[in-house]
Amino acid sequence: MSSVAVIDYGMGNLHSIAKALQHADPSVDVQISSTAAAILQADRVVFPGVGAMRDCMLALNGSGLAEVIRQVANTKPLLGICLGMQALLTDSAENGHTDGLGVFSGHVVRFAEGLTDTDGVRLKIPHMGWNQVRQQPHALWQGIAQDSRFYFVHSYYAQPDDGAIVAATCDYPNAFACALAQDNVFAVQFHPEKSQTVGLQLLKNFLHWDV
Amino acid sequence: MSLAKRIIPCLDVDNGRVVKGVKFVDIRDAGDPVEIARRYDREGADEITFLDITATHDNRDTIVHVVEQVASEVFIPLTVGGGIRTLDDIRRMLNAGADKVGINSAAVFRPEFVQEAAERFGSQCIVVAIDAKKVSLPGEVSRWEIFTHGGRKGTGIDAIGWAEKMVAYGAGEILLTSMDRDGTREGFDLALTRAISDAVAVPVIASGGVGCLDHLADGVLDGKADAVLAASIFHFAEYTIQQAKEHLRMRGIEVRL
Repeated sequence: MSSVAVIDYGMGNLHSIAKALQHADPSVDVQISSTAAAILQADRVVFPGVGAMRDCMLALNGSGLAEVIRQVANTKPLLGICLGMQALLTDSAENGHTDGLGVFSGHVVRFAEGLTDTDGVRLKIPHMGWNQVRQQPHALWQGIAQDSRFYFVHSYYAQPDDGAIVAATCDYPNAFACALAQDNVFAVQFHPEKSQTVGLQLLKNFLHWDV
Repeated sequence: MSLAKRIIPCLDVDNGRVVKGVKFVDIRDAGDPVEIARRYDREGADEITFLDITATHDNRDTIVHVVEQVASEVFIPLTVGGGIRTLDDIRRMLNAGADKVGINSAAVFRPEFVQEAAERFGSQCIVVAIDAKKVSLPGEVSRWEIFTHGGRKGTGIDAIGWAEKMVAYGAGEILLTSMDRDGTREGFDLALTRAISDAVAVPVIASGGVGCLDHLADGVLDGKADAVLAASIFHFAEYTIQQAKEHLRMRGIEVRL
């Protein structure tokens, strides 16, 4: 039986992602794990996250899980979600300045204030709700229609140094990277576990991803 | 390509059953919450909100079980409001599978609670629910005040100033209910919705008064709401969520279909 570990570092609710993974493929053993041994033993790893970057990095550095995630990023399929994606970059502008894990080279920045849509209506921050995702070719998009809508809720977004690692973009109102892919690491800004059928399909693809 | 406006069906849950009252009285039974949530998910609801109106503390466990069951099979955002008073209440709802909680009276009693909640769990899961009623007389400049206890208790607090304060304290979203319109089927209070939406940078959900599909579209186009919430028009199967979305699209609004 193949296994997936959902990293538990004390930030937010892991119920949804664990349930969604189980639903996406009932044959996979889904475990919520907070220890290095359990995470390193799993076939693949999901790195979720909600909340603020500084708390996230404090928890990861304090528990030693930061090193474990870097190790996973070099060895097996890893899926970062929301703050779990942002934490994989070099650093973030959130909380002044916070160093990330540096798996992806680049920065995390905040949406500018006062942005408007094409009708001149002010865009709200956080960017919250269902927005269209423009895919670049990648195994994890299999079976998901181009421009499908996924559920987002965030105020910061990734700006990778190398445009070649962008696996999808989204417009708010300008295009930003909402998915990054590099070797065995895939990361998304939206919440696949809250994006109904397309989200479950992405999770299923991850659970079957042969890097 | 742009962000879709959201349609959010709301389930008022009392002792494990979905009910809907007109101005908080005359409650009609509308069914099993888990079954209804499943149906809304199939029809394409963008989120689902549960409002726990159970008065007694003993029956609080019921809503936790409802959320647990729904979260195991419905993979869209879930919000739970009603009776959220402590950080522990929030933790319980999030652990049960809710993505956001709605805080109403507890914020009025002690605004710092919103700050503590946002710091602990993140603004993305803190929705401040505001029940507002018009207090200005005809001919005067419009003014709304916030009410608690299901619209029975006035507070003297100005609704617009309150919304701004709650956002400054960390609210990630505002759920705005017009107490004048709730249950009347006369449509949202559009002036109120627009005033709050213009005042704050976070998304605003319009609620209270939907009687037909044009009301939903008006909430977005005239009220500048980012999302629209309705209960009875969906419960009693007058319209499906799908029909509501098709109608919004016909009026030129971006939706997820």
